Amino acid sequence: MVDATAIEIARAVNAREISAADLAGRALARIAERDGEIGAYLAVTGELARRHAERVDAAVRDGKSLPLAGVPLAIKDNMCLTGTPTTCASKILDGWIAPYTSTAVQRLLDAGAIPLGKTNLDEFAMGSSCENSALGKTANPWDRGRVPGGSSGGSVAAVAAGEATVATGSDTGGSIREPAAFCNVVGFKPTYGRVSRYGLIAFASSLDQIGPITKTVADAALVYDLMAGRDPMDATTVDLVPEPALPALRADLRGVRIGIVKEFGLEKLDPGVRAVYERAYADLQKLGADLVEVALPTADYGIATYYLIAPAECSSNLARFDGMRYGLRVEGADVGSTYERTRAAGFGDEVKRRILIGTYALSSGYYDAYYVRAQKARTLIADDFRRAFASCDAIACPAAASPAFEFNAKADPVSMYLMDYYTIPMSLAGLPSLSVPCGYVIPEGGRYPMPLGLELSGPLFAERSLLGIAHAYERATLHAQARAIPEIVAPVGAA
Amino acid sequence: MASGDIDVAYVAKLARLALTPAEIEKFGVQLGALLEHVDALAALPVSDVAATAQVIAASNVMRADVAVPSLDRETVLDGAPKREGAYFRVPRIIGVEA
Amino acid sequence: MSATVESAAKPALLVNGVPYEVVMGIECHVELKTETKMFCGCRNVFGAEPNTNVCPVCLGMPGALPVPNEKAIELVVKAGLAFGAEIPAFSKFDRKNYFYPDMPKDYQISQFDMPLTQGGVVPFWLGDGTHGSCRLTRIHLEEDTGKSTHASHDGRIAGSTYSLVDFNRAGVPLMECVSEPDIRSGAQAVAFLESLKRTFVALGISDVKMEEGSLRCDVNLSLRPIGRAEYGTKTEIKNMNSFNSVGRAIESEVARQVAVLEGGGRIVQETRGWDEANGGTHSMRNKEEAHDYRYFPDPDLTPIEFASADVTRMRAELGTLPAEILTRLISSDKLRPEQAHQMVDSPGLFAYFSDVVERCGKPQAVVNFVLGDLSRLANESSTPVPESNVTPEALAELVGLVEAKTINSKTAKELLTRLWAKGGSPNAIVAAEGLGQVSDTGAIDAIVAEVLAANEKTAADYRAGKTKVLGFLVGQVMKQSRGTANPTLAEERLRALLDVCG
Repeated sequence: MVDATAIEIARAVNAREISAADLAGRALARIAERDGEIGAYLAVTGELARRHAERVDAAVRDGKSLPLAGVPLAIKDNMCLTGTPTTCASKILDGWIAPYTSTAVQRLLDAGAIPLGKTNLDEFAMGSSCENSALGKTANPWDRGRVPGGSSGGSVAAVAAGEATVATGSDTGGSIREPAAFCNVVGFKPTYGRVSRYGLIAFASSLDQIGPITKTVADAALVYDLMAGRDPMDATTVDLVPEPALPALRADLRGVRIGIVKEFGLEKLDPGVRAVYERAYADLQKLGADLVEVALPTADYGIATYYLIAPAECSSNLARFDGMRYGLRVEGADVGSTYERTRAAGFGDEVKRRILIGTYALSSGYYDAYYVRAQKARTLIADDFRRAFASCDAIACPAAASPAFEFNAKADPVSMYLMDYYTIPMSLAGLPSLSVPCGYVIPEGGRYPMPLGLELSGPLFAERSLLGIAHAYERATLHAQARAIPEIVAPVGAA
Repeated sequence: MASGDIDVAYVAKLARLALTPAEIEKFGVQLGALLEHVDALAALPVSDVAATAQVIAASNVMRADVAVPSLDRETVLDGAPKREGAYFRVPRIIGVEA
Repeated sequence: MSATVESAAKPALLVNGVPYEVVMGIECHVELKTETKMFCGCRNVFGAEPNTNVCPVCLGMPGALPVPNEKAIELVVKAGLAFGAEIPAFSKFDRKNYFYPDMPKDYQISQFDMPLTQGGVVPFWLGDGTHGSCRLTRIHLEEDTGKSTHASHDGRIAGSTYSLVDFNRAGVPLMECVSEPDIRSGAQAVAFLESLKRTFVALGISDVKMEEGSLRCDVNLSLRPIGRAEYGTKTEIKNMNSFNSVGRAIESEVARQVAVLEGGGRIVQETRGWDEANGGTHSMRNKEEAHDYRYFPDPDLTPIEFASADVTRMRAELGTLPAEILTRLISSDKLRPEQAHQMVDSPGLFAYFSDVVERCGKPQAVVNFVLGDLSRLANESSTPVPESNVTPEALAELVGLVEAKTINSKTAKELLTRLWAKGGSPNAIVAAEGLGQVSDTGAIDAIVAEVLAANEKTAADYRAGKTKVLGFLVGQVMKQSRGTANPTLAEERLRALLDVCG
């Protein structure tokens, strides 16, 4: 039962075939048994899990039916959960216990999900490999010499390794989609403004979104339906009643037009990787989809645009980590030197780099040339997508150019930034976008077949249609069902 | 659009980050590389383009002027790096923006 | 452009013999009278136990987000409309980034280039009855910071060993009013501030209590020779905690700048703090160290857009503006400025006054009674005038009787005291008790004759040239008539009869 989907588990718990308490116990045991090797969790909240499970079982006994009854949930540690340390994988939040819970997480808990613990991430969600965590290392369950991707590496590894059924992730430039692709799970980033950011520790305010990480598209639709919707605590949530995505999942793609982006030509990829995507596109056609060529001429400017806007916003969002009201303080002779020492000791290199470049991009004399110009480039990118979606219902492309790489393979920061090439443009335009498993390739020098993800993106607010398309592809191709393979291929405890 | 030498020491000061000379140099090189990449934006024709002010166009999102419960003070001060009674205690303020 | 002051030229300020003028602009921060803070639902209230009105948002905790208070926005717009400002259709919030321990996010949410209101004019009256005005540049909305107290022997930052911070005030909605440099004297500065205060209090926008910090103001001050267009170097004066201090600080700083210039020195552009205890300003920091606030539009907030129908509605909700009332009272009704100000400041008293004037006209006479005898009686008995036994109808009658010279002012005063105690109608009382002022010449002559007969020596003194004793004789006539004689007529008849018999 621990390896069932969220939909299956909720049904069974509501039908009283198994108890939430029982399931929580088994999930926690699975974590105890495996996480030493994987390192997905920074903190396990056993007591909290047991209490929530008891409440769910009591509600179910009372005749209530909860959409996520008993479903084991892992929470990315940049989302506040009352009474738990919330670290963002950073030393600067050492000791801070969140006094409130993020809205999106609360909605899942209210729906009956059981919080197992907080998962590892790149520090403050800045990174594409989870290597920037200051508090721990997470390994890809498919090959523990490789990264799980980032920044939601811990959440993705937890689901992939069977240490949680669903997890929350956050995506700013690809932080749900890229790791989901690396670990063979489904990762979904909704349209900007669909899910509340209240309680999500901000990285880039105009880009951050919370989304589900699950084993199946149907589970992602269920979790999304529960998370989405206006929140009075977040002024950027949209005032649109979300149409439930779960009932709209479809069996085939007849009548669906899938856009293939000219600029994302597969010829740029390694032959093994290319073959997987060519087959994925062919599979879409076999399901009845029409493949249409679309152009995103400014997509190439995505990384430059993103790496001005996101750091600019983060430089302001992270100013509050100053040693005065919570978290780490490294005391200096006066307040000025306390700020400097605290932030020097508390932030890792990648965070510092982004704060520096962001501060620079906003500074007097550079604001127009950098920040404003980047926001204009952003408009062009969004316009490109609007034009593209005039002729297709969804765009398909690789989620990443290659499978998970080895630890320390991308020491140069800019080479790491390029990992987000296919995910950043959608983030800049605020579009809903997901990664669904689409095949495997054995990387050069690698031992095990590593997963690849197909990225599907839709127009603004088209979650229902997008999840429907992804579901059809997933059901027909079953790459997601190879979740048991990590156990066979790279068993926990093996060399 | 200017690229090139970012005055890391000055920017670090603005951002209240203490950096060692080695870090200043290292970050200078790394950020210089990023800025070279970013320079590509100079090629884009943006003179007639409006900057994206908001990702999703909306306006007038506000709340009513109605009080809600505040946090419990002990919870708040428990998390403070230093407290004195009912207050947050901070180091002396000299030579800082006021 | 200077504040329009319709008055005779005042004596010029001289610097080395050259006529100079003082040029000032004022920036005020006014805390708004809302239930809750600007971006969260914590209570906006002065004097609470430290750090009890705080939440993740106003403490700048990780993951918290701001949501604007609609009432605060409305109050700023109304403040602008009260002074004829323009309300742009589109306005937004920006982040002003800087580090300070009382700043929970180390950025302040404010408005940079698209404030809620632009322009406007603040009118004011000086004590001498002259009217002036000062243009506003803008009024914008921002959030207040926490409050820090410093551990030092004198409570000042300099020399302190550490500080304590209370975040109750952090996030309170703050209106920043920026004026053009139209102000030319300390008296104008104070009149400008009082006009702001009067308007904000009357419209329920703010309590404006400087001693509680709900109004803070900075004065930018420079000197220049009269006739020169360029501005002199300005200093910014802070730390004044009453309108009185503002006047004195301006006086002190003008004197200081004059002394510097007369000594051949140059004014340094800087911020100077007013020292209440020592009565002078001291340099706080060099203003040339401009801070790079790295303003950018706050991505957590949506812009504010007004349809013209909204603006029309808000303007209508303001009703009659204090400035309009003052103009009528001072220009038409000829009240003195301080009387008119008191009327506007006390709505209850003003309503009473207006009621009386509607019945009998004579606003100057009415206001004299209301602010004079009636207010004195009110203080003594702790009963507000409108709640007293003196109905507007009664006061109107009383004023009518005085104006018709039916009773004299002494009688009127006595009547007022009786009305305060027991109510009633002055017309009725005067008729019933025959208190009407005696103005019949014959009757007066009879009393005059009696008085002269009883005071032969005094009468002789008068005729001998001691004209001062006339006052005594008038008093005797009044006494003899039990106060009902028309004193003017009494004096006239006394003179006439004394001279005749002389």
